[in-house]
Amino acid sequence: MYAQMIKTARSGIKTRDEMTDRERAFQDKIDADIKIEPRDWMPDDYRMTLIRQIGQHAHSEVVGQLPEGNWITRAPTLERKAILLAKVQDEAGHGLYLYSAAETLGESRDELVRLLHEGRMKYSSIFNYPTLNWADIGAVGWLVDGAAIVNQVALQRTSYGPYSRAMVRICKEESFHARQGYHAIMKMAFGTPAQKKMAQDALNRLWFPAMMMFGPHDSESTHSEQSMAWKIKVKSNDELRQQFVDQTIPQIEYLGLDLPDPDITWNAARGHYDFSDPDWDEFMDVIRGNGPCNVDRMKDRVKAWEDGAWVRDGLLAHARKRARVAAE
Amino acid sequence: MKNEWPLWEVFIRGQHGLSHRHVGSLHAPDADMAIKNARDVYTRRNEGVSIWVVEARHIAATAPGDKGPLFEPSESKVYRHPTFFDIPEDVGHM
Repeated sequence: MYAQMIKTARSGIKTRDEMTDRERAFQDKIDADIKIEPRDWMPDDYRMTLIRQIGQHAHSEVVGQLPEGNWITRAPTLERKAILLAKVQDEAGHGLYLYSAAETLGESRDELVRLLHEGRMKYSSIFNYPTLNWADIGAVGWLVDGAAIVNQVALQRTSYGPYSRAMVRICKEESFHARQGYHAIMKMAFGTPAQKKMAQDALNRLWFPAMMMFGPHDSESTHSEQSMAWKIKVKSNDELRQQFVDQTIPQIEYLGLDLPDPDITWNAARGHYDFSDPDWDEFMDVIRGNGPCNVDRMKDRVKAWEDGAWVRDGLLAHARKRARVAAE
Repeated sequence: MKNEWPLWEVFIRGQHGLSHRHVGSLHAPDADMAIKNARDVYTRRNEGVSIWVVEARHIAATAPGDKGPLFEPSESKVYRHPTFFDIPEDVGHM
């Protein structure tokens, strides 16, 4: 997941009459569920919107390593440590798949990274919340990766071939992430009263931030219409959020934990759970850079990039020297 | 000189004796590092037994616009498929 508030590069949708022949042929392909591939003709706005969305998605995978990496050395057992290490390594891989997909659109990875570090691109709001204790690590896998799966399963049907293929690969790995998180939370929920209390506290704190991952209400999501017409987005924010709530409530009940939102009730008429909104003012504030961890996340990200510069440059210098010697 | 690592395309042979198949791409300073990185990124779950990497700029490809002239002619040649020929059941499996 992890793409929120993506501005579509144009406003409003063109009617068929307003489209050029090429645009009409392009829309016909989309409507017929034919994937768009890198060298196919595409409208500039389609390309720009995809670069923004895939880029933000990639940044989220990479920044998402930070709150969890924080706990690798403090995992409660060697097994949990190995599992968390494997999960965090997966996130780096997911970032790579997504940057690669963005690169097929003509934007280099280094350029996307530069835009992130300059604050001109964003990552998901969820990673601006802290992971205060071990229960949070379980809850992140369960809820955050769980929410990501809901979004990414839908995106497997996205219209751009390389993005869709990256999603298929990521979904296969993401299921491990959610299950290891739920497993860790199960241990605590079924453990001592103190452990159960920690599990409850983690659920309470992360529930609404997880709900925000799907972005604002459809009625507020002004850029969705064109993205849906181009099938860059396949399901709406509210549809995905409802799906997440519906699948997660029984999981909370199984753990014997209290629901994190007193308004959650089964609505038989709708066939879905009713629930209350997260605090959208808080969401907007976090997006604007004022969440609890925004500053630290970017500081750590930029530091990692700068500290790694000598390794990147050294390896490249070595490769160039070897190529030169081989040519002589 | 630009200090961006070149792009490599990665091909993996799966477990079951199939051909190498394109799985994705990555950046690396040279072929050795590309293979090491491909191993770390694309074979973490027993996906393969052999890796090929090739620098992306060395790949030649057909142009999307040539799809019609290149591939449509084969659509009308149904006699190239075994199912085109009705063989009486009496002849047995063929």
